[in-house]
Amino acid sequence: MAERTHRQKPTGDRDAEVVEEAAPATSESGEKLKAELDDLLDEIDEVLETNAEDFVKSYVQKGGQ
Amino acid sequence: MAIRKVCGIETEYGIVVRGADNNPVSASSLLINAYVNATSKKVGWDFEDESPANDARGFTLGDVFPPEIESSLVNAVLPNGARYYVDHAHPEISLPEVTNAFDVVRWDRAADEIIRASMLYANEILGPDGEMVVYKNNSDGKGNSYGCHENYLMSRDTPFGRIASQITSHFVTRQVFCGAGKVGCEEPNRAAGDVPYQLSQRADFFEEEIGLETTLKRPIVNTRDEPHCDPQKYRRLHVIVGDANMSEIATYLKVGTTLIVLAMIEDDQLGDDLLLANPVSAIRRISHDPTLAGTVTMRDGRRATALEIQWDLLDRARKYEQTHGLESVDAEVGADVLTRWETVLTGLETDPASVAHWVDWVAKRRLVDGFCERHSLAPDSPKLKAIDLQYHDLRSDRCLANRVGLETLVSAADVESAMTQPPATTRAYFRGRCLEKFPDDVVAANWDSLVFDIGRDPLRRVPMMEPLRGTAHHVGNLIDECDTAAELLDRLGQ
Repeated sequence: MAERTHRQKPTGDRDAEVVEEAAPATSESGEKLKAELDDLLDEIDEVLETNAEDFVKSYVQKGGQ
Repeated sequence: MAIRKVCGIETEYGIVVRGADNNPVSASSLLINAYVNATSKKVGWDFEDESPANDARGFTLGDVFPPEIESSLVNAVLPNGARYYVDHAHPEISLPEVTNAFDVVRWDRAADEIIRASMLYANEILGPDGEMVVYKNNSDGKGNSYGCHENYLMSRDTPFGRIASQITSHFVTRQVFCGAGKVGCEEPNRAAGDVPYQLSQRADFFEEEIGLETTLKRPIVNTRDEPHCDPQKYRRLHVIVGDANMSEIATYLKVGTTLIVLAMIEDDQLGDDLLLANPVSAIRRISHDPTLAGTVTMRDGRRATALEIQWDLLDRARKYEQTHGLESVDAEVGADVLTRWETVLTGLETDPASVAHWVDWVAKRRLVDGFCERHSLAPDSPKLKAIDLQYHDLRSDRCLANRVGLETLVSAADVESAMTQPPATTRAYFRGRCLEKFPDDVVAANWDSLVFDIGRDPLRRVPMMEPLRGTAHHVGNLIDECDTAAELLDRLGQ
């Protein structure tokens, strides 16, 4: 158990890295990732099914293996 | 030594017709017929040798129903050696047989492009009022699942009991890198909101450790004993537990790691150290825990995380590479799989976001969490489920997986050629080349034979009971040199 806790990095640390003055590479790649995600979310706003509730409700797939 | 591993994938796709008749059977038929009519002569499937009710544990069926063979539905064989058909209420493509994980990815990607082309042809027939949409996923979010099955050739000499008990730990834990991700939960008797996000599309649907079923009470190890080749020499391990992946690397790792673990089991190099106390609860527990920190109980009483079990499997695989080599799974591809296996486990352990370009559940989760945060949505918002579904939408302009920066493994040119050309290294080569060169003379095909009508009585069946015969090396020149099917059959008979 102790070894596992040691090896696994708590996910909460990631946000902190960007705020703190972490190594430049980490900060840069972190910001790049965030910018990419922002662009992606802009795209999703454009292409996501307009009536999500109906779309999700009507998606029924019976008879599969 | 482990035998050369022939392998493949069969994918059932989700299907919807908008604005027109949404019967899934007729929609699937329309989709497939539209593609086949536009691209080739239709050659039907031959059901002579199908026996999906045989059980690998050696007994015949008692109180369970045999899987149905629906011979009346649309069923076509493609010049790339694949089978394209309606299975139950879904369009399904079974890839041609290949000999390594890279080629599985290549023909799986070709299958996706065949579906995309089929949608375009079908929409021309449907006209402006209807639109065909196909999804490469495994669940409708309402308790209905459809499969992405893998197939691996094994030696008949390997005891099935050993395969079943030793492969289970890998099937339960490999989802950490090949889970396709799912918003919500479909486990019977649990509320969807109990699990806002999980690793796997399929884990909720597995209720047994082992069995013959594929549509209800699904087992982690499926016992269907239908080798589609010489049953005295071979088994086909039919794997129903995996997700369909949008990420090429996820498909590569899913098949590549499984090939290596199966080779280790065949050579009796894995042992019983990694057996789980309760595989069915473990597969769900692991899927329901995106922190990857939770533990499951091993049969010897230890507790371990899925990542720890995967690290152990990788360590053993590395030792196996040293002592036995990886020729049975293609040494070059096998070595690359080991390297990427380590990379993905390291990434998942230190920072899962670092493998978002490889792992579907991580890539999808970034979209779901980011969208949820941006619009301050509740976890049960249908918009999040819509993102989940649309990640797998195969329309190029709507597919979200196409936009998340997934790393590709196969070039666009290799994907395109695999839509029409068979793999060179298995009997799929003979099947595909004959269909391409003599389309008017092949009247039926299945995995282990081709039936020709060359105008003389009777019809001629060419058996293909050895998956590694009929390759480009064996018959490439012969097919090139023959101008007619009759000439080919005469020379094969000599």
